[in-house]
Amino acid sequence: MTPFEFARPRTIADAIKLKAANPQSKFIAGGTNLVDLMKMYVEQPTQLIDVSALPLREVEDTSGGGLRVGALVRNADLAYHPLVESRYPILSSAILAGASQQLRNMATVGGNLLQRTRCAYFYDVVTACNKRRPGAGCAALEGHNRMNAILGASTSCIAVHPSDMCVALAVLEARVHVMGVHGARIITLADFHRLPGSAPQRETIMAPDEIITHVELPPQGFAAHYTYLKIRDRLSYAFALVSVAVGMERDGDTIRTARFALGGVAHKPWRNAAAEVALQGQPATDATFAQAADIVLSEATGYEHNAFKIGLARRAIVRALSQAASGAPQSQSSKKIA
Amino acid sequence: VHRGALLRLISTAVMFMADKDSSGSSDQPPHLSRRGVIAGAVSAPIAIGMASNAEAREPPAAASTVAVTLTVNGVRHVLSLDSRTTLLDVLRDHLDLTGTKKGCDQGQCGACTVLLDGRRVVSCLTLAATSYGASITTIEGLARDGKLHPLQQAFIDHDAFQCGYCTPGQICSGVGLIAEGRAHTAEEIRELMSGNICRCGAYPHIVAAVQQAMTQS
Repeated sequence: MTPFEFARPRTIADAIKLKAANPQSKFIAGGTNLVDLMKMYVEQPTQLIDVSALPLREVEDTSGGGLRVGALVRNADLAYHPLVESRYPILSSAILAGASQQLRNMATVGGNLLQRTRCAYFYDVVTACNKRRPGAGCAALEGHNRMNAILGASTSCIAVHPSDMCVALAVLEARVHVMGVHGARIITLADFHRLPGSAPQRETIMAPDEIITHVELPPQGFAAHYTYLKIRDRLSYAFALVSVAVGMERDGDTIRTARFALGGVAHKPWRNAAAEVALQGQPATDATFAQAADIVLSEATGYEHNAFKIGLARRAIVRALSQAASGAPQSQSSKKIA
Repeated sequence: VHRGALLRLISTAVMFMADKDSSGSSDQPPHLSRRGVIAGAVSAPIAIGMASNAEAREPPAAASTVAVTLTVNGVRHVLSLDSRTTLLDVLRDHLDLTGTKKGCDQGQCGACTVLLDGRRVVSCLTLAATSYGASITTIEGLARDGKLHPLQQAFIDHDAFQCGYCTPGQICSGVGLIAEGRAHTAEEIRELMSGNICRCGAYPHIVAAVQQAMTQS
C-alpha cells in the first residue's frame, strides 16, 4: 500500500468537507474492496476518511410504506433484518448469494453500491486498463474475458459490476440518497451506475464530494413472487457468470407486472423495459419467458471467451421467471436449481 | 510413523505453541517460538526483497502514524501504528499472536478469520485503524481456564484438519457461525462456512465438528 493519512470524522458534514478538500481521498467503511485494491496498488488514496462512526446504521420504515436503510448497515445485518426478510426477501436472497459471511459481516450497503469491478486486468497493474488509467487501452478485449460483459460494453471497457445486492435493488427500484457540499439529492438505482462508454473510470454519477447516506426501498417488495438465481463456477463464494433477480405480480395464470435484472453481464445491473412490457398480461409460461429473454439478449455481444454467457443468460432468465411465477425462489443454501 | 500423521502432529503442536504465546501479557516478551526462530534465520534476505519491491512501486511519501486502542483476548493494547497496518499484521507482528494465519492476504481464503466484537471477519482486509476500540478474539483466546472451546475439542474429536494452516480461521469462523444461529443443517453449515478454504479437503470432518459443537452450545 502507498502511505496515507487517516481521518475519523464524527459528523456527515465533516466527512464531506474532508472529502471535498482532497480529491485524492477516499471514504472507507468495511474496506473489503478498497483495502484489497490498495494492497494491489490499484487504489492509491493519500487520505482515508473512516466514515464508520457516522450515524447511518438504522433500518426504518418510511411514511410511504417503504424502508430506509442507512449506508453503514452491514450486508449481513440487512440480509437478516426481519423487515427485509419479510417484505423484501429478494434483497436478502441476493445479499446472501454474494461473498462469504465474514465479508458480509464487514461490507456496508454504501460500499456494496460503490464496489469496483473484479476484471483481472483492472487488478493487474502491469496490464492496460482504461478504468485504472484512462487512455491506456483495454487488455480484456483481446484477453481472458470469460467473466466480462455481454451487454452495454464499449471498445474502452468490457468490465462488469460484481454486486449481487445491486441486482435486487434494481428490481426493487431503490433510491440512493447522497449528500455533498451542495446539499442532498436522490438518485434512482437505474441512474446511479454508468455504462463505460469512453470514460469507464467513472462508475457512478456521484460527485467527488458526495457520500451515500441511505438507500430507500419503495413499498413494492414482490415478497410472494420473486427469485435471485446466481450461476457461477463454484456453488458458493464466487462471482456471478450470470445472475437474474425477478419480482413479479400475478393475476391468476397471467403476469400482471414483472421486473427482472441481470448481474454479471454489464457495467451495471441490467434491465430492459421492452422485455418487461412483453411479460405484462401474458400467460406465465416458458414460451412467454423465452420471448422476454430474447428481447434482452438481442442486444448482447460475446467476446472470445464469454459468448457462452448469452445462451446461459437466456436459460437463466427463463428459469428465474419460472421460479418467481411459481412462488418457488432459489434457495441460497441448497444449490439445487428448482 | 506415517508422514501425514507426523505432519498433523507437528501442526497441532504449533497451534498449542501459539496458544501458549498468548498467555503472556503485552508487556512481556513472547516465548521463543518456531516462528521466532524462522524469522531470525531468514529475515535478512526477505527484507532485501521487500525493499527493492517497495522502491519500484511506492512513491516516496512519508508513512502516517495512527493511535489505535484494541482489546485482544481480553487484554487492552494501546498502539501507535503505520496507518497501513492491517488487523492481521497487528496480531501477528506486533502482538505475536501467530495463531491467526496469513493465507491469501486478499480476503479469499478465510485463514485470517477472527472475531471482531463477536462477529467473524477477515483480519487481512480489516485495517487496524478502522478497528479502533474493538474487542478481538483470536484462536488463542477461545480456550477458558485451560479447557479447549467446544469447537476446538470437536475439531480434534472429528480429525477436522490435516496440515492445520486453515484451522484457526475455520474454528473462529465456526464459533461465529454458531453465535449467528443461522445454520441448522449440514447444507447450511457448508454454505455459511464457504469463506474458509481447506486445501487438504477436510470439509466433511469440519462440518461434523461444527455440528457437534452446535449441539453443545
